[in-house]
Amino acid sequence: MIEVIDCPLPATFQDAGRPGYRHLGVPLSGALDPEWLAIANALVGNPPHTVALEMRLLGPKLRAMEPVTIALAGEFSARIEDASGQSRPAANWRSHTLAAGDLLQIGSLRSGIGYLAARGGFDLPLVLGSRSTYARAGLGGIDGRALRAGDRMKVGAPPGLCSVAGATVISLQLPHAPVLRAAPLRVIPGPQRDCFTDAAWQQFLGSEFTVSREADRMGLRLDGPRLEHARGADIVSDGVTPGAIQVPGDGRPIVLLADCQTVGGYPKIATVIGADLPRLGHALPGQALRFIAVTQAEALAARREAATVLAATVASICTPGPALDLDALYSANLIDGVIDAN
Amino acid sequence: MSPRLLDLGDGALTLELSDRIDADLNARVIAARDTLAAMHLDGISDLVPTWRSLTVHFDPLRLNRELLSAHLLQAAQVAPQKSALTTRWLIPVCFGGESGPDLAQVAQATGRSEADVVDALCATELRVFLIGFLPGFPYLGELPPWLHLPRRTTPRTAVPANSLAIAGAQAAIYPWQSPGGWHLLGQTPVRLFDVHDAVRPALLAPGDSVRFTAIDPHEFRRLSFAVAAGDCNRDDWLAQ
Repeated sequence: MIEVIDCPLPATFQDAGRPGYRHLGVPLSGALDPEWLAIANALVGNPPHTVALEMRLLGPKLRAMEPVTIALAGEFSARIEDASGQSRPAANWRSHTLAAGDLLQIGSLRSGIGYLAARGGFDLPLVLGSRSTYARAGLGGIDGRALRAGDRMKVGAPPGLCSVAGATVISLQLPHAPVLRAAPLRVIPGPQRDCFTDAAWQQFLGSEFTVSREADRMGLRLDGPRLEHARGADIVSDGVTPGAIQVPGDGRPIVLLADCQTVGGYPKIATVIGADLPRLGHALPGQALRFIAVTQAEALAARREAATVLAATVASICTPGPALDLDALYSANLIDGVIDAN
Repeated sequence: MSPRLLDLGDGALTLELSDRIDADLNARVIAARDTLAAMHLDGISDLVPTWRSLTVHFDPLRLNRELLSAHLLQAAQVAPQKSALTTRWLIPVCFGGESGPDLAQVAQATGRSEADVVDALCATELRVFLIGFLPGFPYLGELPPWLHLPRRTTPRTAVPANSLAIAGAQAAIYPWQSPGGWHLLGQTPVRLFDVHDAVRPALLAPGDSVRFTAIDPHEFRRLSFAVAAGDCNRDDWLAQ
C-alpha cells in the first residue's frame, strides 16, 4: 500500500487504454507516452502495459506503508526520506525499493509527464478492459478521478524479493535516459485538408505554434497564426483520434490527445503520426511546436523504427554495478534493520 | 457524392459516404460497419460509425493500409438490410418541472403548448444515428421541423445525468452529468450506460429506434429507485 500525502496537480492511473469501445463514445485514454510507460514497467519487471501513475507538471508526495519496489520514468528530481528523517535523491530511470514509512517526494516534471510504476502494478478494478482514469465519465483509476491526498494505492503484488534479511534486492536501471526528439511533429494531411485554403496549409506547415494554457489530456490548444477555412468551420461530425488537429471557427488549432472524444464537428487539417504521439504527450504550455508533412510510407517506417528503438531500450535495462548500487543497499538495510552496510 | 477514403493519420481511415445527415445514408454506414466487422480483420481495434461515415482505427504494422482501403470501398457498396432498425426501445421520460426546466421556454418559442411539445416528442419514432460525445450518449433524429431550435445562447455548466434534451433536428439523452447547451425537456430513469457491463455497456446502438413515453414524477422516482437497486434490466425498455 502507498499513501498519497499530497497531490497538487492531476495525476492519473494509465495503461494501454480502452480500445474497442470508441463506437460507444468511450475515449481511448491510456498513457500519453506508452513508450515511457513500458520502460517504467520494465524497470520493475512488469509487462509493458501494466497500469502506472501518470504525473503531469508536478509530482505527488507519497508514503510507502509497506516495502514496495517502484520505478521512476521521466525528467524530474525525486527524494526518498526514511522514517528517521534521512533524505537521499532517487534517480530517474531506475527502480527503488521503499521501506515501510519511506516518503517519496517528486518535484516538477521538466518533460511534462512522467511515470511511477510499482512492481506488480496497482490493484485497481478493470473498467471496460482498462484501469485508465477517464474523469469526465468517472471511469477507471481510483473512483474514476484524479489522485488526491489521502488516497491509498494498493500495489498488485507483494515486493517479496526484498523483504527478508539477507535477500537480494533486485534493482534495475536504464543506462542511457531516452531523449525526446526536438524535431517538428510529423503529420499526415487531412482528413479535411480540403476545408482549408492553400494559404492556411502553407501557414500551418511554415509557422511556429505555442502550446497555450488550455492543455490537458484531452488536447492542446495552440497559439499562433489563425488558420483560415475555405468554406466555414462546421462539418457534420466524423471520427477523430489522438493526434488529429482540429480547427474551430476561431482558426486556432487544437491537437487532440488520449482522452479526446470519439467524434468531432470541426475540420481536421492534419493528424500527427503514431510514432510522434508519445512526444506530443509531453508538450507543456509555452512550448513551441512545428509540423512537417510526411507520407503514409514514411509514417509506417517511423512506426517500425520507434518499435525497434523501444525494444532496444528495454533490452538495455540492467542491474547497476555493485559499487553503484548504494540505493539498493540503503533500502535493504532499512528493511532488514541492519545499520552497517558492510 | 461517391464514397471516398480520408486519411485520419496513419492509424485510422475514414470512409465518407456523404457530407449530409440522412437516415438512409446512416443505414449504409451501419451496413458497411457490419460487413467489415464480419471479416474479422486482424489489427482493427475500433469501427466507429457516425452520421455519414465510418472510421476504422487500426494498427498499420499488422494490417496493410491498401488492403483495408479496398475492403472499405467494397463495404461502401453494400445495401442496408430492409429491417435496418434493429432494436426498438420505449424510454419512459418525466417531462417538465425540475426534470425538464426548458419545457415551458420551448413551448413558448415554438408557439405551442407544453402538452403539444410532449405529445410530438412521444409520437415521433427517432433513429439512433450515432453514439458519441460521451460514453453512451445517443444522437437521435429527426425531430419535426417546428421543434428545431438553435442551442441555448449560454450553455449550462452542468446538465444533470439522464436529461432528455433537444437542439436543431436532434434529441439526446445525457448518460452523465456534463456541460451542455441543449434544451432540457425531461429526465429518464433508464440507465444508458453501465460501466460494469463490459460486453454491452451502452443501452442503445446506431440504427436502433427510440420512442418516448411520458411518466409522472411519482413513477419517475419509483423507476429510478428500481434501476438503482438493480431491479430493472435492459429488456424492460424494449418496445412491445
